[in-house]
Amino acid sequence: MLAKRIIPCLDIKDGRTVKGVNFVALRDAGDPVEQAKIYSNQGADELVFLDISATNEKRKTLRELVRKIAAQINIPFTVGGGISSSEDVSKLLLSGADKISINSAAVRNPKLVDELSKKFGSQCITVAIDAKLIKGEWIVYLNGGRISTALKLFDWAKELNDRGAGEILFTSMDHDGTKAGFACDALYQLSEQLSIPIIASGGAGTMSHFKDVFENGKADAALAASIFHYNEIAIPDLKDYLKKENIIIRNYPTT
Amino acid sequence: MLNKKSKISIIDYKAGNVQSVLFALQRLGIEATLSDDPEVIQNAEKVIFPGVGEASTTMAVLKEKGLDKVIKKLKQPVLGICLGMQLLCEYSEENDTQCLGIIPQKVKYFEANKNEKVPHMGWNQIYDLKTPLFDNQLENEYTYFVHGYYVEEGAYTIATANYIQPFSAAIKKDNFYATQFHPEKSGTIGEQILKNFLSL
Repeated sequence: MLAKRIIPCLDIKDGRTVKGVNFVALRDAGDPVEQAKIYSNQGADELVFLDISATNEKRKTLRELVRKIAAQINIPFTVGGGISSSEDVSKLLLSGADKISINSAAVRNPKLVDELSKKFGSQCITVAIDAKLIKGEWIVYLNGGRISTALKLFDWAKELNDRGAGEILFTSMDHDGTKAGFACDALYQLSEQLSIPIIASGGAGTMSHFKDVFENGKADAALAASIFHYNEIAIPDLKDYLKKENIIIRNYPTT
Repeated sequence: MLNKKSKISIIDYKAGNVQSVLFALQRLGIEATLSDDPEVIQNAEKVIFPGVGEASTTMAVLKEKGLDKVIKKLKQPVLGICLGMQLLCEYSEENDTQCLGIIPQKVKYFEANKNEKVPHMGWNQIYDLKTPLFDNQLENEYTYFVHGYYVEEGAYTIATANYIQPFSAAIKKDNFYATQFHPEKSGTIGEQILKNFLSL
């Protein structure tokens, strides 16, 4: 059976991780490669690197970082942040990224999704959607929730599915940072309507939230940042817990 | 035993995961050569044929570089990975593509159902393992898959995985081995499988 995926997300700025990370084993708290290695050894199933600097002059720094990560990490990883063209994608994939994630570029130019999935294959094109519940309707937002769009979550997700996106990374802005649980209702609806996998993001606070998002939100994967970075939940403990709760989870490395 | 000096050639046709395969071998302490030069590939002791992307475009690239003929004639152990495995087969439903025809199998499209999405993406167990590519302790271990098309189970299947239905996680004919999953991205389990291939 296909296992549910646990995905730590690392925010990157100028080649360094933004939030300090609370690991005793870490020599350099800002080194994304070291953090990635720790997560990989702990049994993370994938990693997401989100470049929040993402200006043109920093792109080269990001590609160098992607190369370093690819050289040292033996699990798949996705790179996102500021990607807006086929050339950007090509360079990141050739540097060793397994998948790329786009967000506002898809909103500005939906045909980009068709183009990328034809050129590189759907399997490496993740589209991220940030949304907020406004008067009973899920509305798509850009720039971390600062700019609203006219798009509705479920219509937009379906369109992305049809245009060839390989997977949707859905973040509920209402749940993000609350540690009160994932947006399971919206996730369940997405899952019912789409034929591609869905990564849930925003709201993870306890281990039971992960059980809930897999069972009730029907998510294929769950992404979180601070609870892993600050060691509030250790990935091996989370995986043991989920296994006991009969969620299908990959064994973490025993060595 | 692994011979660290053995000449390993990775067929380089700018597929997305070529670099990842090279890095994975480097982590095992093995220096491999990326090459699209028929002579280098033919003279290698072992050849790895990676691939991600779309079948018809990739077949066109192989033909343009004359690599289709080179691959068919290889006599040393060859390891196809993911799309590399599918292209070793006869035919793919992905854009109606005639493949290399080395392993007489067809590549079909996964039909998504209510609970199982397509692409098949993530870690899944491999079982019914055969040949020295796998050792016994790998039975039921998880490896990383990401694909929308699959090879049916058949006479050449040497590992099975179950998604929507049981399908070939790996196939073999003569000197050609191939995995649908990505050993270069499958953690320590994948590293063991790469070591096993290099020890053939």
